[in-house]
Amino acid sequence: MEVFLAWQWFHRLGSPRWFYQKTGAWLPWLALASAVLLATGAVWGLGFAPEDAKQGNSYRIIYIHVPAAFLALAGYYIMAVGGAIGLIWKMKLSFAVMRAAAPIGAVLTFIALFTGALWGKPTWGTYWVWDARITSMLILLFLYIGVIALGRAFAREQVADKACALLALVGTVNIPIIYKSVDWWFTLHQPATIRLTKASSIDPSMFYPLLTMIAGFYCFYAWTLIAHTRVLLLQREWRTQWVREALVEEK
Amino acid sequence: MEFQFATLADFLAMGGHGSYVWASYAVTIAALLALAIYPALRRRQLRRELLRQQRIERRRQVKRTEIAEPA
Repeated sequence: MEVFLAWQWFHRLGSPRWFYQKTGAWLPWLALASAVLLATGAVWGLGFAPEDAKQGNSYRIIYIHVPAAFLALAGYYIMAVGGAIGLIWKMKLSFAVMRAAAPIGAVLTFIALFTGALWGKPTWGTYWVWDARITSMLILLFLYIGVIALGRAFAREQVADKACALLALVGTVNIPIIYKSVDWWFTLHQPATIRLTKASSIDPSMFYPLLTMIAGFYCFYAWTLIAHTRVLLLQREWRTQWVREALVEEK
Repeated sequence: MEFQFATLADFLAMGGHGSYVWASYAVTIAALLALAIYPALRRRQLRRELLRQQRIERRRQVKRTEIAEPA
């Protein structure tokens, strides 16, 4: 019985209509949570966290650089898992999530690279260096752009979905390389500031605003991923009655 | 916990690193806003397209009935 209920839930979750109707109520709350957390974290990090002894005030870029990089990586997992579920169970919703995750991930990776470059100039004396971490993040950006481009290259959505899923799955090889790059090739990029297993190398007065920003980026990611998926579903299920009703009724 | 800068000018200068810090935050805000706004814009576009199609469909039906029952 429980197994049956679980399957029923799983299948409903795969239904675009069910997803669209269920998630509509979540969006304002996620938007509010991300706005509050991001504003609080940014003001805290920019004005109230103490200055870094070595790097001065340029380190305040960490409050967007690290959360953006976190979500760029987590977002790749979501995209790849979405592609895998779509390939295995032929779930429409799962492919839509995968396709919606690509532009969001690309923007977050771009933010991580851009803020990293601006942080690098006063800290290392250069905007760019072909360090292992930075290079593997650039490859991540190309993978995201690749999925976007591949999705547009096919006239038939089903073929495009499968091609994107395959590329996303192959690209997961890059993820552990990014994580481990600062330990395997110790070059310019500093090692991880936050560690779950060991004590973090950051003072609590700097850490709490960072945690706030990470929470804010997570909420923002959830919000935009759901919103982008919903609008993609409207486009893909264009011919169905529920989409017509949803578009005409709600302003 | 207190504000780390004595004056607004100090806050903007960020100890000489102001341009890097503020450019990072400005570009990030612009990028996040673009992501946030896109679904609403796309939805409006889809809605307009649907309403346009429905108008065309209605006009066609009116014409058909006119041809079927000439006055």
